[in-house]
Amino acid sequence: MPDTIVKTDQILSRPPRSPTQDAIRALFRTKSAIAGMVVLFLLVLAAIFAPVIAPYDPESVLIGMEKVKKREPPCIHLLGCPADRPQHLLGIDGNVRDFFSRVVYGSRVSLFIGFSTVGFAIIIGTTLGALAGYAGGLADNTIMRFMDVLLAFPALLLAIAIVTVLGEGLTNALLAIGIVSIPTYARVSRASVLSIKEQDYIMAARAVGVQPSRILTRGILPHVLTPLIVAGTLGIATAILDAAALSFLGLGAQPPMAEWGSMLGAERNQVFTAPHLVFFPGFAIMLTVLSFNLLGDGLRDALDPRLRK
Amino acid sequence: MLRYIGQRFAAAIPVLLGILFVTFVLARVIPGDPCRAMLGEKATDQICDAFNERYGLNEPIPVQFGIYMRDVLHGDLGISFRYGRPVTDLLVERLPVTIELALCALLFAVVLGVSMGVISAYRRNSAVDVGTMIFANAGVSMPVFWLGLMLAYVFALLLKGTPFWLPPSGRNSPGLIIPTLAEAWHLELPQGPLHSLLSFISNMNLLNSLLTGNWPVFWDSAKHLILPAMALGTIPLALIARMTRSSLLEVLGLDYIRTARAKGLRERVVVMRHGMRNALIPVITIIGLSLGSLLGGAVLTETIFNLSGVGRILFDAIQARDYGIVQAFTLVIAAIFVGVNLFVDLTYVFLDPRVRLQ
Repeated sequence: MPDTIVKTDQILSRPPRSPTQDAIRALFRTKSAIAGMVVLFLLVLAAIFAPVIAPYDPESVLIGMEKVKKREPPCIHLLGCPADRPQHLLGIDGNVRDFFSRVVYGSRVSLFIGFSTVGFAIIIGTTLGALAGYAGGLADNTIMRFMDVLLAFPALLLAIAIVTVLGEGLTNALLAIGIVSIPTYARVSRASVLSIKEQDYIMAARAVGVQPSRILTRGILPHVLTPLIVAGTLGIATAILDAAALSFLGLGAQPPMAEWGSMLGAERNQVFTAPHLVFFPGFAIMLTVLSFNLLGDGLRDALDPRLRK
Repeated sequence: MLRYIGQRFAAAIPVLLGILFVTFVLARVIPGDPCRAMLGEKATDQICDAFNERYGLNEPIPVQFGIYMRDVLHGDLGISFRYGRPVTDLLVERLPVTIELALCALLFAVVLGVSMGVISAYRRNSAVDVGTMIFANAGVSMPVFWLGLMLAYVFALLLKGTPFWLPPSGRNSPGLIIPTLAEAWHLELPQGPLHSLLSFISNMNLLNSLLTGNWPVFWDSAKHLILPAMALGTIPLALIARMTRSSLLEVLGLDYIRTARAKGLRERVVVMRHGMRNALIPVITIIGLSLGSLLGGAVLTETIFNLSGVGRILFDAIQARDYGIVQAFTLVIAAIFVGVNLFVDLTYVFLDPRVRLQ
């Protein structure tokens, strides 16, 4: 049967796919992950092109520049707002600023918060966890018991306490959330290190006398990366929520910075009179957090070959 | 099995000691002098010396820690500078508010979350399943404070004048008098642990009014609790729904379920009796872990709905540098959290025979 021979030949001549390619293909087959990536892509675009998208400066007060009153509801020309009035897609805030511009600029702050806190927590958490897992014994016990103590406090309460110690402000709030998230990554990396360090190739490296630090960075850490990427993506979602909560309570971003949590906190008593000022920043937070959650779930399914169908 | 339980208890002790240490350090490193934070302009050096003397703040830090340890073990959690009252009194007043709120939120989350998860798993890939999972994903992504404010807007403003109207803040309608249990039962108790326990229970409005059969108070309290409980319970609800679905789907694919179906059991018995028992184990872990986010979220919920619970008083105390409250309340919250996780670990012994045999 010459037909079959040709087909087998074709299959054999196709270059094999790497695990990474497999994972990416699997990721693009998950509907929810695609939805997450699309929303995230739009958010990143909004953050990069904020000066182009936003019609006004996020911090400029419009008193004297336009005939608008504070906390005016949205005025959209397409939806029947009279053409002689200035267009404000999401209305005017309590300090007579264009709310749409502020919400657009807020995406910059939120994405920065997510990546910086999780980056900080991953670097410290992974190092601690890898050390604990690889060294074992007393070092393991000391580090992990300390992580247990950190985990025994509700994350938000601990973050509030840390911010109070360090002083209010966005940088300190980010540091607090970073510290609070360290145990998660320490646990993830310790667990993977424990399972990998007993593998034959690590034993072999040890037997021929490779330095422990080299085994850890070259032999073990690359394998810890997969669970860390998943935990990190989901962690960004939590970090953005917690940072927004701190700013809402007045401990994080300070006015006049366009940060969604503090925008919401500033107008929370106006929820009955100007609901748009509460609705839109919260909705923006939800959308951002949702996109990271969807992407994180998708990554988990795609990167774990056992879960792949 | 006894060994397993013993090990779990032993593992909790160093964590509790660590918590004790961290709460102490936390309260001391909060910048600012409690005397000046408390008295403000009136604080002269002389007054502050007397103040520090009175509350033991002029002792060396290690001595202060020793005194703190001794007092905590004796059940004395110190004095609040701001209120000038023992912290235990404040705990008796405030903790019930938060416990009631957290339990109602958890009840809401578990009842709805488990049923949504089961329906979703059972009707996999149907419109109901897709809808539930979209809701669950949105639910875990919502900021608690935003959801609370939006719920207040919908139920207190938009639905005003309809039977669905709900009050947007407070624990009770103004002017409502709630008798304590001691008053309702005409008990004369001396000050002491029993008295405190009774006041503690009295301060849980729902339980109090249920026990005394005071229905007007019960309805009023329940109405005030619905919105905060929904706001606080939505994240755990979404987590529980997702976990129930995935766990039940995994279990329903196992051989013993096929056996149960093959021997002709009704579908409901297969899912509810055979499937659920195994599927619930990871769900219980999630419920235990949710408690931390519930207690943290309580700060936000109590702020929005104007409830004077633990979260709110703790937040205020941190700002006012009230060491006594900060120490005691974080200690109690962390201890509750450790206790609940211990309890969750122990429930595995009864749910999962494999744990017992290890």
